[in-house]
Amino acid sequence: MNAPIVKVERVGMRFDTNKGPFVALRDIDLEIARGEFVSLIGHSGCGKSTLLNLIAGLTLPTEGVCLCNGREIGGPGPERAVVFQNHSLLPWMTCFENVYLAVERVFGGTESKAQLKARTRAALEMVHMDHALQKYPNEISGGMKQRVGIARAFAMEPQILLMDEPFGALDALTRASLQDELMGVMAKTGATVVMVTHDVDEAVLLSNRVVMMTNGPAATIGEILEVKLDTPRERLKLAHDPAFAEYRAAVMEFLYQKQMKKAA
Amino acid sequence: MSTLTLSAADAAPEKVDKAAPAATPATPATHTPPAAPAPRSRGFSLQWLRTLIAAVSGIGALVAVWWMVADTVDSFPGPIPTWHAAVELFADPFYNNGPNDMGIGWNVLYSLERVGIGFGLAALVGIPAGFLVGRFGFMRSASEPVISLLRPVSPLAWLPIGLLVFRDANLAAIWVIFICSIWPMIINTAAGVRAVPQDYLNVARVLALSEWKIVTRILFPAVLPHILTGVRLAVGTAWLVIVAAEMLTGGIGIGFWVWDEWNNLSVEHILVAILVIGVVGLALEYALLWLAKRFSYGGTV
Ligand SMILES: Nc1ncnc2c1ncn2[C@@H]1O[C@H](COP(=O)(O)OP(=O)(O)O)[C@@H](O)[C@H]1O
Ligand SMILES: [Mg+2]
Repeated sequence: MNAPIVKVERVGMRFDTNKGPFVALRDIDLEIARGEFVSLIGHSGCGKSTLLNLIAGLTLPTEGVCLCNGREIGGPGPERAVVFQNHSLLPWMTCFENVYLAVERVFGGTESKAQLKARTRAALEMVHMDHALQKYPNEISGGMKQRVGIARAFAMEPQILLMDEPFGALDALTRASLQDELMGVMAKTGATVVMVTHDVDEAVLLSNRVVMMTNGPAATIGEILEVKLDTPRERLKLAHDPAFAEYRAAVMEFLYQKQMKKAA
Repeated sequence: MSTLTLSAADAAPEKVDKAAPAATPATPATHTPPAAPAPRSRGFSLQWLRTLIAAVSGIGALVAVWWMVADTVDSFPGPIPTWHAAVELFADPFYNNGPNDMGIGWNVLYSLERVGIGFGLAALVGIPAGFLVGRFGFMRSASEPVISLLRPVSPLAWLPIGLLVFRDANLAAIWVIFICSIWPMIINTAAGVRAVPQDYLNVARVLALSEWKIVTRILFPAVLPHILTGVRLAVGTAWLVIVAAEMLTGGIGIGFWVWDEWNNLSVEHILVAILVIGVVGLALEYALLWLAKRFSYGGTV
């Protein structure tokens, strides 16, 4: 494999709360290869978002370093696009304007207005939202908002896409169709993705590797499962695939036997 | 009042997310589900009728009390003489017989002009100040004691200072309006800046937007509803204060007009003026509420 695009080295994260210091993460070591799809799974509150935010640069680690392309991550940047759990579209802008804001920031220096607009439209077409260009976020459903959030992130042509439970708030059907769409986009762009999820099926379906985290406080990586299913993956076929069932069982076993929540 | 906006701001996005799969059910104000319009609208009109009846009986009670007081107190005019006085005044509200004798319409407009200028200057200073106070902890700590100390002072206490500095009654009245408007502008703008959801700021950070873009595309639109709350409170207070200020400074304006009519012992005119002041205040309030609603982004801010 080629050089990893992201390296997390002996990272720990301590929050200073008013009840004293709280160690959320310890001894995290992780390498992510270019083009890889990695999901982070674990019980809620274990520190998945914290780890993602460290890679995003939204927070800085209190121990160790995160590297991107060999350079220390000192803050967020457009080469590491984030799809937030709650879409985070700006409600005073239309879908088009929300995506355009990102496109303009990344390509505004080198491309004409017409090119920027074409990029914006293409990104929204990719997630099948070209029918709602001039709609405001409060005029579309939660699934559509998440689509626009994904379009905004992809439109930046980031080296890495970081997604924090992107489909967590959606119903099962919408989630499935967005997962399929995401697989389509991945196949087209070959992007590197780190995705936080608490959905076992989603993790196995989409990932090359599933990173399983132990319970907090002071959570760390428990196991890493390599998912060697052929791509492109098809949800219906996989439902009867014994290999898929096995991967699924491995993750379930980790979550519900080894990391069963105490007093849950 | 500002807290009301704040809590609405916190609650709304979550509600939208939870109810995500159906098309925006969390904002009934903009989207009424087409499925069951009939019972809903009937319930609505019944509610509306009840409100109307209650409002009419409230005003009726006020008029009745007025009538009784006028009956018992000798020189106090009842509703009917006041009505006649009002008809006479409003027959020609914009006559102009020189600076000491102008119609009631002119007096209201002059008062509104002072409120507009004083408030406008307060907004010019108060909104940027509010941004600074809200964005930088040091500014907040520096301004908090000053604001807490000066805010409870009646704006009229500043009138002599205005007269002393500006040596002009009109400017002094504007100065008083400026002082009473600036506190709600600063406080609400600062509260708005602090209440900008971290998510929006994270978007700005991931995109690495320039400080100018952060202010114009993210902070300002996010804070705008809070600013409008500040505007509404400021204008409301200013309208309260201008009447008192003009009584002291004289000149053309509804406040001095009231004082003048008191010197003429024309109590009917004073009563008409009270109603006019109330109606103008109400109109300002509703206009600003309407404006605030225009900029509430469908309740998702
Ligand atoms: N800014 C913060 N200050 C203090 N504690 C935090 C902060 N962010 C996260 N935590 C704590 O760190 C732990 C992990 O949080 P998080 O990463 O959000 O979990 P997850 O995303 O896995 O549900 C939780 O116990 C949470 O309370
Ligand atoms: Mg989380």
